[in-house]
Amino acid sequence: MVLGVSFASRGLYGGVEWIATIGNYSRLADPLVGVIFLRSLIFASMTTIVCAIVGFPLAYMVARASPRWQLIWLTLVMIPFWTNFLVRTYAWTVILRVDGLVNTFLQSIGMQEEPISLLFTDFAVAIGLMYGYLPFMVLPLIVAIERISPQLEEAAYDLYASMGATFRHVVVPLSKPGFIAGGILVFIPSLGAFITPYLLGGGQKMMIGTLIQQEFLVSRDWPFGSALSLGLMGTVLILWVLLSRSSFGKQVQ
Amino acid sequence: MRAMPKFMTISGLMVMGFLYVPVIVLIGFSFNASAVGLAWGGFSLQWYEKLLTDPSIIDAMMNSLIIAVVSTVCSLLFGLGAAIGLEQWRDGDSSWVSTLILLPLVIPEILMGVALLMIFVMVQAPLGFGSIIIGHMVFNLPLTVVILRARLRKFDPAWEEAARDLGATSWDVLTNITLPMLRPAIVGAALLSFTVSLDDFVVTFFVAGPGSTTLPLKVFSMIKTGITPEVNALSAIMVMISMACVGLSWLFQQQANSSLRKKDSRS
Repeated sequence: MVLGVSFASRGLYGGVEWIATIGNYSRLADPLVGVIFLRSLIFASMTTIVCAIVGFPLAYMVARASPRWQLIWLTLVMIPFWTNFLVRTYAWTVILRVDGLVNTFLQSIGMQEEPISLLFTDFAVAIGLMYGYLPFMVLPLIVAIERISPQLEEAAYDLYASMGATFRHVVVPLSKPGFIAGGILVFIPSLGAFITPYLLGGGQKMMIGTLIQQEFLVSRDWPFGSALSLGLMGTVLILWVLLSRSSFGKQVQ
Repeated sequence: MRAMPKFMTISGLMVMGFLYVPVIVLIGFSFNASAVGLAWGGFSLQWYEKLLTDPSIIDAMMNSLIIAVVSTVCSLLFGLGAAIGLEQWRDGDSSWVSTLILLPLVIPEILMGVALLMIFVMVQAPLGFGSIIIGHMVFNLPLTVVILRARLRKFDPAWEEAARDLGATSWDVLTNITLPMLRPAIVGAALLSFTVSLDDFVVTFFVAGPGSTTLPLKVFSMIKTGITPEVNALSAIMVMISMACVGLSWLFQQQANSSLRKKDSRS
């Protein structure tokens, strides 16, 4: 059983070493590849940060709701979580495309004469990633905030802390485990995202995910694709090790 | 207790709205009689009708179902063994095994797809149902193991020990004590695996062969060939399937919680 699972990850190394020559790795240093890697890193970090900011109020609302409402809110958060990622990404093409919802709305209120192209832009990819992975941030945050005793907040208010100060000094720092877990769950998949840049970015502005897919299924340059995959894997593993070395590891223990 | 800060409630509700607007828009347009753009041509079920009479869609649905069922059942069988085995190993150092099992859950999906594709090509396995099922098991197994282990941890080992003291064989203990107590977790894991497998696109995309198109693959190719109202309808159906699965899992969870509480009060 364990073999079956580890097979996938080990097979990756084995497969790559078996086919690859050093040439494929030196191509990783290609500035073009570097740009794509960098773009993916920027998009993934941005997605993670925005998800954290946007997800926090929702998580707080759910965590502090009365039991009855909490069940309803939680179910409502779970449904997008379980809904097909492809479908949720596709929904944005309906909204953003030239004859889509946003353009029709802008034109009808007379703000925009010509339809603006929103689809196939960086903006579309960013919003798609954020939308796609938001539930992954919200759920761990809910768990983390629920663990904070409301009395701590009350104590802060009693000590004349303003609402802002209470959140800044009490709630947000104590939600750290949630932010970290959510951050990992958002960052890693958005780093390797393939559907979103493909459907919303039109495959023009590449990210690692689309590049790997192209090397494997379009250009059929498997060795280079493998080298790319290994690069991505390496990035993820380094981040993972860094995180577990720092606060995350201690939190888990 | 103070009332919840208004600001948090309002922004929380807005974010909730943000989560739902695209999905609602999608479902709304799936009932639109007009095929062009956003013009509302009246309520109609014609796209659903078109879908359900399209043999390639029915095929894809059947493929998806078969793959989801088989991979769920296999993951459960192997996952049960692994979870129980790992728990009995509790005292030993099984942390590296646990990490290894979790690995497929944390690496980007696309890497999994690529790795699986290479493995299948290397061992010259035909791409099709078999490869997709194995591919889905790679992410369903860790899910199953995690859920089952979480439940196993909550057990009082005294139950199993008591049974053994009363002369039960280890098989008896397994079938009469461990499995019944695990039931809610088994159902939960099965539902989750089933949904994840039904929804998976990336891994399937890499390891699918001709004749094994699943529903998400079908949606993808329909989106690629141009946005047709049928895609809206198909997407709406998929959203509803997910909602049904969430509902079911809630039901079972409620049931499980109440049965746990009963057991606690009895002991």
